[in-house]
Amino acid sequence: MKASWSRWISYAGFAFLYLPVLVLIGSSFNASRFGGAWTGFTLSWYQRLLCEPSIWNALANSLLVATYSSLLATILGVTAALSLYWYRSTLQKLHLGLLLAPLVMPDILMGICLLFLFSSICLKLSLFTVFLAHTTFSISYVAMIIKTRLETLDTSIIEAARDLGASTFYMLRKIVLPILAPSILSGWLLAFTLSLDDFVITFFVVGPGATTLPVYIYSMMKFGAPPLINALSTLILLFTAVITVVYYRILQEEPS
Amino acid sequence: MKKPLQQSLITLPSFGWLTFFFLVPACIVYMFAFKRADITGAILPGWSLDSLKTLLDKQSLALTWRTLWLSLVTTAGGLCLAIPMSYYMATRTPSNQRRLVLFVMIPLWSSFIVRIFAWKIVLHPEGIVKMLLVTCGLSKPNTPLLYNDLAVLIVMIYSYFPFAVLPLYSAASKFDFSLFEAAMDLGATKRRSFFTVYLPAMIPAILTAGLMVLIPAAGAYVIPEVVGGSGSEMLGNTIARRIFLDRNLPVASALSLLLSLVVFIPAVIIALWHSGPQARGGENR
Repeated sequence: MKASWSRWISYAGFAFLYLPVLVLIGSSFNASRFGGAWTGFTLSWYQRLLCEPSIWNALANSLLVATYSSLLATILGVTAALSLYWYRSTLQKLHLGLLLAPLVMPDILMGICLLFLFSSICLKLSLFTVFLAHTTFSISYVAMIIKTRLETLDTSIIEAARDLGASTFYMLRKIVLPILAPSILSGWLLAFTLSLDDFVITFFVVGPGATTLPVYIYSMMKFGAPPLINALSTLILLFTAVITVVYYRILQEEPS
Repeated sequence: MKKPLQQSLITLPSFGWLTFFFLVPACIVYMFAFKRADITGAILPGWSLDSLKTLLDKQSLALTWRTLWLSLVTTAGGLCLAIPMSYYMATRTPSNQRRLVLFVMIPLWSSFIVRIFAWKIVLHPEGIVKMLLVTCGLSKPNTPLLYNDLAVLIVMIYSYFPFAVLPLYSAASKFDFSLFEAAMDLGATKRRSFFTVYLPAMIPAILTAGLMVLIPAAGAYVIPEVVGGSGSEMLGNTIARRIFLDRNLPVASALSLLLSLVVFIPAVIIALWHSGPQARGGENR
């Protein structure tokens, strides 16, 4: 009895998960200006998208912030995970707490905290403050992915290297980092997508005239919903689906 | 050995960054809750409990209550979907399991704002759901599906239940299903073994999964803003309004302190529970 119940709920769950996405993709080909009823197939919204420089500008901003913040967050996340792995001290307990806390902090509080910080140190809101914010929330995710990998690491390799006289730095460069490479790559991908997707935190710390793509979509959505967003959203969904599949492949190829 | 030096060198970057960009700002926000602002929004010198006292007025209590019930119903609804789904996923063949996990992850990784927007189309007055409901006689043509509490709940469950599926699935895939068969060999029905053998073993994962839904739900801002009506405002919306419209930072800080408590109290309880004797006993089995 139970198996069939769980099967039907799962089917419903997956349908629930994909229904809005499919409706959105379908609507992006709908000729109707106001959404709703189907009035014919068209590609004109995609064409119109090409001549909207402000969208491309927002996309460029998003990519810029995502590139820099994901790189910095990856570096900080790797050093954080390594220090948690190597040392067992009170300092590391605090360190772990500091890394876990942002994960249980609702986005809106994170955004407000950063807004208060930037205004109290008189830092003007701009793409730079968005970069600082995105780095801050990405570090914990990267650190946790790498920490998980380190916990399953075969310590005998490291002990063997140490017995053979390898220095810490040599060991790090020749053994630990190569083993961690796939996790580092997936951590970086996660940081990159989190940055590209983030709306709430960005909304609080973004400066005037420097919108990112999610903030731009949100403002389009608030001021009437032109079908342009459907076309843009479809492209974004396709792009993130590809990134997810790549990320998942990397995780799958790792021996566990 | 220069171990302490090495340790501080490798710990400093992330520790320093998070102290400056996370811990210090959080302290600033909580400190502001003990301040008072005049009518123009300027912060008055000295300390005061006035901002915190506003949390006890009728409006704020109603707001807190609404945030609590909306996020608790979201959590319950999310778990009702996630528990059977993770069970179903964990009982598939390995290659199908991988495929299903990917199907859960794709929407989670795709743009949050885009998926919220998709719901505006789905629940649109001329959209397919409305047409289906009207043809089935389940809805009158002029009652809107959007801009009410039900829309907020549906979209919140939709957005956050995958966060519960993943930890539940990872626990379910480690579950020893031979226990299940043993229970059935001993004469238990499939339903009974699900409830007496499987579910109790999942309790730690269910608590974690519930927290993964509760945290974003309690802190929801975009969803009530986009699909909610004027009556479905949650703590997050009021905080944003106090900051951007009224410019009353102390009251916004007091509300932020409240929201932090709503999220951190269950998080700490569950963390303590996980490190408590019953959880350890399970690990050493």
